[in-house]
Amino acid sequence: MGKGVHKYRHWFQAAWFALTNGYAKGFLEGKIYTGPSKMICVPGLNCYSCPGALSSCPIGSLQAVLGSQKFSFSCYIFGFLMAFGALFGRLICGWMCPFGLVQDLLYKIPVFRKRKTLPGHRYLRYLKYGILVIFVLILPAVVVNVVGMGSPWFCEYICPSGTLFGGIPLVAMNEGLRSAARFRFAWKVALLLVIVIGSIKISRPFCKYLCPLGAIYGLFNPISLYRFHVDENACTKCGACEKACTMAIKVWEQPNSMECIRCGDCKAACPHKAITSTLEELKKH
Amino acid sequence: MKKRSKKKEYAPGVVLLAAGILMIIMGVLRTEHATVLLKAVNICMECIGIG
Repeated sequence: MGKGVHKYRHWFQAAWFALTNGYAKGFLEGKIYTGPSKMICVPGLNCYSCPGALSSCPIGSLQAVLGSQKFSFSCYIFGFLMAFGALFGRLICGWMCPFGLVQDLLYKIPVFRKRKTLPGHRYLRYLKYGILVIFVLILPAVVVNVVGMGSPWFCEYICPSGTLFGGIPLVAMNEGLRSAARFRFAWKVALLLVIVIGSIKISRPFCKYLCPLGAIYGLFNPISLYRFHVDENACTKCGACEKACTMAIKVWEQPNSMECIRCGDCKAACPHKAITSTLEELKKH
Repeated sequence: MKKRSKKKEYAPGVVLLAAGILMIIMGVLRTEHATVLLKAVNICMECIGIG
């Protein structure tokens, strides 16, 4: 994105959410959209059981395919993640994830003394890779029922996006679902509450420590086509970029860190205009 | 020289993008998209914490 564009990031995130979750009838009637566009995934973490969702969540879809009777590997979803990862890396987390927007807005609430990371961040940031491997890849494929079908473990026990955008609206509007909601729903709401309260104090705790989709896109950050460049001749290593970065990255050392969500705050903060994105590089040439 | 190193820098991304598109096509040929659609058009009880 361009130099001034990052100022409009939250508007872009909101517009993206409205565009991909625009099935208003679903919110009014407590139902979900059932059209053919749901065979396509959106790049961000976007529960397909959100009443407004017009397409599918890549993490939910991956578990659905891996846990199906028919397939033990998903060319479709891995291909999708690979293509979007190679194009954008974690730009998707910063610009196209509804739950990312929720966390960004919560962090703006002026209560608590703000902090960027949890103690032990150096190690805790690898937790999301563990969640990806165990809850998304292994358990849905290995723990199967009598007919050979696995459960979407990440959605079932962790995903706060599914609880917020899918679970709570549907349970609130649907009497049948309300009467069926018991311990697991309470567990998911409790986990969501912890993440919501945590997001007021810490910037994007779910993205930093728990999100398996962010873990996947992070692997692509160092090689994605959209990337950041630091002009070594202009950079004085003053640290202004690191100070502005809510993901706690030393941008001048690692402009394409696996943690970078490409929000662009570092570019705006750099007093020497030493950080540029691929788009700006292309404009120059 | 600079152009050459730029090309090298972007080569892995281009290769992975092409591989990703190819895998999506393979997935569609294997009808994986139908599995995704079937899951997504029904309320996912597990996702909302009920199943």
